[in-house]
Amino acid sequence: MGSLRPEEAVARASGYPHAVLSYVGEDGYPFSIAGEFVADADRRRVEMGPLPSTPREGQTVNLTFSHIHPTEGGYDQRRYVSLWGRAEAGGGRVSVAVERASGWDEAETPFFEYCERGVPRGHEYFEGVGQGPRLGAGWLFFLATRLPFLTATIVPVALGGAVAASHGVWNWGLFWLTLAGASCIHLGLNIANDVFDDASGADAANLTPTPFSGGSRVIQYGLVGRRTMALSSLLFYLVGMGVGVYLAESRGRWLYLLGALGIALSVSYTAPPIRLVDRGVGEIAVGLGFGPITTLGAYFVQAQTLHWEAAYVSIPVAIFIALVLYVNEIPDREGDSAAGKRTLVVRWSRRRVVGAYALAASAAYLLIAAGALSGVSPPWTLAALATAPIARRVWRDLGLHYERAYELMPAIQSNIGLHLFTGLLILAGYLTTIIF
Amino acid sequence: MKRPIGVLPPEVETLLERALVAELTVIDAGGRPITYPLIPFYDGRRIYMTSSVLFSRKLHHIKANPKVAVALTDPVALRSEPFRRATIQGVAHVDDHDLHTGWEEILPLWRAKEPVIDYYLKRRFGIPLFFERAVIEIEPVRAFLWEAGDTTLPPKVFELAGAV
Repeated sequence: MGSLRPEEAVARASGYPHAVLSYVGEDGYPFSIAGEFVADADRRRVEMGPLPSTPREGQTVNLTFSHIHPTEGGYDQRRYVSLWGRAEAGGGRVSVAVERASGWDEAETPFFEYCERGVPRGHEYFEGVGQGPRLGAGWLFFLATRLPFLTATIVPVALGGAVAASHGVWNWGLFWLTLAGASCIHLGLNIANDVFDDASGADAANLTPTPFSGGSRVIQYGLVGRRTMALSSLLFYLVGMGVGVYLAESRGRWLYLLGALGIALSVSYTAPPIRLVDRGVGEIAVGLGFGPITTLGAYFVQAQTLHWEAAYVSIPVAIFIALVLYVNEIPDREGDSAAGKRTLVVRWSRRRVVGAYALAASAAYLLIAAGALSGVSPPWTLAALATAPIARRVWRDLGLHYERAYELMPAIQSNIGLHLFTGLLILAGYLTTIIF
Repeated sequence: MKRPIGVLPPEVETLLERALVAELTVIDAGGRPITYPLIPFYDGRRIYMTSSVLFSRKLHHIKANPKVAVALTDPVALRSEPFRRATIQGVAHVDDHDLHTGWEEILPLWRAKEPVIDYYLKRRFGIPLFFERAVIEIEPVRAFLWEAGDTTLPPKVFELAGAV
């Protein structure tokens, strides 16, 4: 429920078909009665009647105007306005001079944002009754690690392995070990990102989180403490590094360099004092980490050498994962800006942000086409161009819904799918070449 | 008109069973009324409403002053033919002994009125605090019924026998 200026509230109220007048009766019970009304926004006054009973002269009353639209199995279009003022009663009529008002319209403040604004009140209530929020361990792990984003690691690891397989080397055990190590580093990064965004206040300042942006929010919701999150992140990093050391010792010490680069980017992305994310290079860091570094690392584990083809084919994947981060930053931009997180989206104008998306996606497709047509990558990888309509739709929706975080959600979801499907189609191109 | 405790007139019961939204009015610390649109549920004895901890101010008010009113007014939300309006005064109790699962006891009533709730429950992890909820149990003491929804006329008043 947000405060409204009385004039504005009365003007809004005039659009409702009836009012509900409530006042406290002599017996101490509230009494409510609905009826037709006349609203005068200029005079900040609402009149009702005739009514069979009226409040006492000068009594504080509440007038509520609400609307809901029933749908199949539920409802939408929720909105209401609540006004308070002193009653002037006479002849069965009531006139209220509105002194204060509040209301909610889900078309203006989407339900998720409305809920987010209530989080501090929720914590107060929990404290008062000596309870805390709960969530099953499985869901908590799913949320806190942001598990679905693991596709950002699976795609480049699989791609590096596929390039190696196309060169005639493949070992399933090494592949799974690579995937496990890289995944641990990724999950460690996701959790660390939440820890540092909580410490900086960026997540708390973000009132428009979506399922894809704004962090996992397990700390803000009181589901997991910051310290537990920090220890979990450390644990994932340690396991990931342990796997990395084993692979480097058994497959070749180039992996130390790639691993160190990956971890350095991962940590400095979000951790002070460097915080690449604050400097407008977070997107590039993520692209490098989940593109060439991971793909080359996965290739090296299999082939024990580096090959420029692995680096080349990883670049479109790098661009698309950078674009995932980039688009996810759009609904977060106000909170990010307030916390000093100067992402590209915070730095650039709307027009530039949307335009740069089109440029980057076009560059990725050009690289895919050029690689396949020049023989750098297999011709079957041209199949990845099939996702171009998704990129175009995302670009169009960014332009249409840039200012509305929750209307942007389908575009955000499609953009995540764009990275995954393009990566999988490049991968399929390699697998087709290997099999046939 | 006296009726046994907990038994509302059939016309009011029908409204409660069909209403997608009712207006719950509580009294704040200053003695002023505050009205909240909420989904009402009815099990034949008591009216139930739930409130997420995210919107818990009403729960504090009820704990301080349990006298409340539930109004059934909106022809669109009531989905009832013939159209009537009603207000039920009662004594409310906040059940918040288990905010995580306590409210699930009234889930069958909720599901019957708003089947789509199951869709959201499956995605509970996405808005976890929204599903940390207290139950507002209202024992009716008096009901007012306006036939044809015409509130310009005096309502039929039903005093519920043995009420608080």
